[in-house]
Amino acid sequence: MSIAETMIPPQAPPPAPPKPYTLSRFFGSVFLGVWLALGVGIFLTIANGWDPEKFSRYGPSFLSGLGVTLTLVVSSILMGAVLSFPVALGRMSKNRLWSWLAYAYVYFFRGTPLITQLFLVYYGLGSFRPQLESIGLWWFFRDAWNCALFTFTLNTAAYQAEILRGAIQSVSRGQHEAAAALGLPERVAFFKIILPQAMIVALRPYGNEIILMIKGSAIVAIVTVFDLMGETRRAFSRTFDYQMYVWAAVLYLFMVELLRNIWAWLEARLTRHLKR
Amino acid sequence: MSGVFAAIYSGLAWIGSIVDPLCGPIGVFRWFASGTLFACGDTGWGDEIAYGFLVTASLAIATLPVGLVIGFFIALGKQSEEKSLRLAGNIYTTIFRGLPELLTLFIVYYGLQILVQQFLATLGYEGPIEINAFVAGMIALGVVFSAYCSEVLLSAFKAIPQGQYEAGDALGFHRGQTMRLIVLPQLIRIALPGLGNLWMALLKDTALVSVVGLPDILRQTGIAARVTKQAFQFFGVACILFLILAMISSVLFSALERSTKRAEMSR
Repeated sequence: MSIAETMIPPQAPPPAPPKPYTLSRFFGSVFLGVWLALGVGIFLTIANGWDPEKFSRYGPSFLSGLGVTLTLVVSSILMGAVLSFPVALGRMSKNRLWSWLAYAYVYFFRGTPLITQLFLVYYGLGSFRPQLESIGLWWFFRDAWNCALFTFTLNTAAYQAEILRGAIQSVSRGQHEAAAALGLPERVAFFKIILPQAMIVALRPYGNEIILMIKGSAIVAIVTVFDLMGETRRAFSRTFDYQMYVWAAVLYLFMVELLRNIWAWLEARLTRHLKR
Repeated sequence: MSGVFAAIYSGLAWIGSIVDPLCGPIGVFRWFASGTLFACGDTGWGDEIAYGFLVTASLAIATLPVGLVIGFFIALGKQSEEKSLRLAGNIYTTIFRGLPELLTLFIVYYGLQILVQQFLATLGYEGPIEINAFVAGMIALGVVFSAYCSEVLLSAFKAIPQGQYEAGDALGFHRGQTMRLIVLPQLIRIALPGLGNLWMALLKDTALVSVVGLPDILRQTGIAARVTKQAFQFFGVACILFLILAMISSVLFSALERSTKRAEMSR
């Protein structure tokens, strides 16, 4: 019988086996290379074609276009939010007529392209000029900006009504029953118990809807509103410089990414009591 | 070669003219709109609008497989263990989900034009070049569709438990077989509702391609509206046609969903 007198000295762990060079690694490097080349190429074309005169002439108009886009999106989202309340209530109503009307409204605005709706309002309502003049609304629908605002509000109201309805219906029945058991009037129960919980569910779809509106608002350029896209088109038609579209793309991407990050932060912040 | 294409095209055109739901032998416009602005033939705009309907539907149908295939591979890339592949996929999605569809379309349309022009200039051809609006629309919409599609498929991939892959290994399948026989059928079932929504969005986005001159529903009705000064009527018909397309596809998708779910236990 022998006794071990000395301990085995501590040793470093064996080296990790070398990672094999896999096919996915190859493809990853190739695609990253493609993106890098594209990025460098775009940067180089912009750097080479840099023209201070063009920048000073079209830079301010791009900024004003950005302002128009943001104003349009913010005001239509806000007005749509107001309008979406009765529509969502109509969708959930037990009255057949109301629920059918709200359903038809939502189906129409979600089933047809925004651009078709815009054309229907901007060009289509021009056919009713005498009638509109007689009720004194022609000044409103004569202007492309008003038509765009009107259409976008109606459109986003339909989407937001669906978001709101889904969120309200996702609040479990037990919450209603608990409120009733506490003897809360229905109004108080709705505003203090149901709606706050529904809003947390609705937060993410609302963010998506705003992003969709920012992207969708580009089509107002076709009906002669000079938003970011409209200014881009105007600048391109004067200079035939492809860079203009790259600048617009950068601005749109920046807006959307900024909003997405703000929304992610907001969601994390507002749902921190739900984390386990 | 072009003869073959011409033959295929004329054959398809003949079939199309038979089953045309608007101006065919059993078309709506032919039976209910003769004598109005929507009559078929030279007296009305029915046949032009019917052509636009066909173009819109075929653009959406032609874009779908392109977008699905690209989206599938990007989803594969985004769930890969390789960091660079994930990063490349995420860049793709970020860009094409963040850009307005109209801007993507313009970038593709004018970008292609410039690229082809430069390419032909190196070959010694200097002349005006027109890019086919259908092809440009297909590329732009396909790219946008694939970006969204990859997200839907990625979340569907995450819903499939690891055990399914292990089961494939246990049965001795290689990776392609596991994917095709085990993962894909479940993936389709899980992703179908999301893909249905994307299809609806695609259908609506095709209207944008009319801006670069594709004779789709919106462009044809727009021309008719300008000529006849009956804008409300014609754009109203455009809306109704898009609604009909949406209804048809929602019926088709619910049938598809039912057929993919027939294997599931009924509760």
